[in-house]
Amino acid sequence: MAPLTILGTGLAGYTLAKEIRKLDAGLPLRLVTADDGSAYSKPMLSTALARGKTPDELVMASAADMARQLDARIDTRTRVLSIDPAGRRLHTDHGDGAFSQLVLAIGADPIRPQLAGDGADDVLSVNDLDDYRRFRQRLDADGRVLILGAGLIGCEFANDLAASGHAVTLVDPAPQALGRLLPAAGARQLEQALSELGVQWRFGSTAERVDRAGQGYRVTLADGSRLDAGLVLSAIGLRPRTALAAAAGLATGRGIEVDRWLRSSDDQVFALGDCAQVEGLVLPFVMPLMQGARALAATLTGSPTAVRLPAMPVVVKTPACPVVVAPPPPGAEGEWRVEESADGVLARFERPDGSLAGFALTGAAVAQKQRLTRELPPLLG
Amino acid sequence: MKKWQCVVCGFIYDEEQGLPDEGIAPGTRWEDIPEDWECPECGVSKDDFEMVEIEA
Repeated sequence: MAPLTILGTGLAGYTLAKEIRKLDAGLPLRLVTADDGSAYSKPMLSTALARGKTPDELVMASAADMARQLDARIDTRTRVLSIDPAGRRLHTDHGDGAFSQLVLAIGADPIRPQLAGDGADDVLSVNDLDDYRRFRQRLDADGRVLILGAGLIGCEFANDLAASGHAVTLVDPAPQALGRLLPAAGARQLEQALSELGVQWRFGSTAERVDRAGQGYRVTLADGSRLDAGLVLSAIGLRPRTALAAAAGLATGRGIEVDRWLRSSDDQVFALGDCAQVEGLVLPFVMPLMQGARALAATLTGSPTAVRLPAMPVVVKTPACPVVVAPPPPGAEGEWRVEESADGVLARFERPDGSLAGFALTGAAVAQKQRLTRELPPLLG
Repeated sequence: MKKWQCVVCGFIYDEEQGLPDEGIAPGTRWEDIPEDWECPECGVSKDDFEMVEIEA
């Protein structure tokens, strides 16, 4: 019997496999991954320095361990070249194979910045453990780290690096940190807390060139100013991986389009995690992935189960100034009402009728998370 | 009293403090938390937590 096949062994792929095994011990299961199949948690990459963890210590289990635990075949260092949904076949650089059902859990690609200069190709992004190994190898105790993008990942890495004694500069075209998530008052507290760790900010600007200079780089910003850094890290955003699905004729938008059963436009092909667009929503966070994996495991083992998503605030791992945000839905009508005190900001995004559509909390106000979450409508009820 | 850390997101459950917001009283031991409990920050299940050394 052709195996149920999962593409990807990140949090989405492995979590789904574990959930399937809780429901069905005997179903033939195959996972295919382009990397070495080590089980690790991507959210932990941005706090590893401060926790004193090496990249190797972030590995929770090897592919061989996971294959035993899951009673699954795991093909590592294997790239999927194309999918034939109608023929239920998969073509890889290590041969072809049949599948009964297929789950795409292939994640997202970092968006590459448009840069000139002979150092542009040396700009790192950290999107997986292999990237993180390269980042740690090149991290120099003395050199300044320049981070492009002051969003969630940029701020988390800045906090981790600065708390571990590195000099950090963040560059972002927005006028503030976490511009897509936080109202200005909340951002100011985060910026101040990170500044106290030595982080420098260059808002309202973008990098245009990265040139090699000595052991490091000289970065030229759009305003003509120049900054020297030992390492340049890009964290300007992620884009769901849709090319494989699109080439197979599956419907794609911003992500691989799936319904509430995580089913794509082909009824035996599903998508989970950062690559998926669920009923229009792209939610590249852990909690929706966990909810999705549980529902999908039930669906794939014979009990069709729609994904329900409660309101799920996002915790930004910036220990210098804890931040929790539940962004209002795109285009939501209403306004931020901000209560600011010395030790925190509590911002409610209220609709014209006074109901809560989102919130942002910093500092001591993060203690209000549970109470406010209960006031929010579900993302997918 | 011990502390337990979520291996997926880093959330720490401190037995001494409990999680009063979720109806888990201060002093609740890890083994007394229901098996269907999920990490409040990332949603992983209880069996994905591991113990963290008590801080001095």
